[in-house]
Amino acid sequence: MIPVLADLEVGSVVAEASFSLTRDSLVHYAGASGDFNPIHYRDDVAQSVGLSGVLAHGMLTMGLAVQPVVDWAGDPARVVDYQVRFTRPVFVDGAVGATVTVVAKVGALDVEVSVARIDLTVTFNGTTVLGKAQARVNLA
Amino acid sequence: MNPELQGRVFPSVAPYLVGREKVREFSRAVFATNPINYDPEAARAAGHADVVAPPTFAVVVQEATLAQLLAEPDGGIDFTRVVHGDQRFTYTRPIVAGDELTATLAVTSIKTLGGHSMVTAESTIVDATGGHVVTAISTLVVRGDE
Repeated sequence: MIPVLADLEVGSVVAEASFSLTRDSLVHYAGASGDFNPIHYRDDVAQSVGLSGVLAHGMLTMGLAVQPVVDWAGDPARVVDYQVRFTRPVFVDGAVGATVTVVAKVGALDVEVSVARIDLTVTFNGTTVLGKAQARVNLA
Repeated sequence: MNPELQGRVFPSVAPYLVGREKVREFSRAVFATNPINYDPEAARAAGHADVVAPPTFAVVVQEATLAQLLAEPDGGIDFTRVVHGDQRFTYTRPIVAGDELTATLAVTSIKTLGGHSMVTAESTIVDATGGHVVTAISTLVVRGDE
């Protein structure tokens, strides 16, 4: 079922999800995306550039954060615009991994073109890791 | 960083053929669960020619253009100091398996702020007919000397 634009209210939550990342998730994303920067799988390399350890690819965090919106919209093609700012790293501990939570709220409604702007709050360890995370969803 | 990079348009990179299994592999990697990402029948039922790539898949096509930017001989970008600042994808139509996509990069902005430099690069991605599919915009932050 496609959400109906007229039924949406700015500020209401349309989707929530949490994702458990492990080092395996990062290796999988590296292979799928072709981003083999070793700071995403080697602690020694991450530490050599001043990080506390391996961190998730920003593009992995961006990629998973929009999935609750895709499921709400019912079709990945309805996401016509998606932007984020990378503000904080998601460190992925080798033993316990990392949990990233996503809350998706209606940010604005553009009735003329039947587009809803969905604003994402993406959190790891109690702090947001993405800024200005906005997906424009075509509900025509 | 060389300020003369601003406005520079790079040669188009070799066409990227979107494979169905690549779309599925990428979809699994970003925790996608929608059947339209995996099942051609579900995709066709929704009006698409084949499985639809997740919204961030365009980064795979964009990557070769950013490699051009970082390798530009007079660019002066030290890639060991580069941090991804912002990312945006603006679609005219979704990417589906079978698409042959060609990306062309243009540097749209260069700014310096407190010792750091920021370069904004726009990769325009078109299909085999030349029709616009998606524009991928990245802002890279090049950290200054600490």
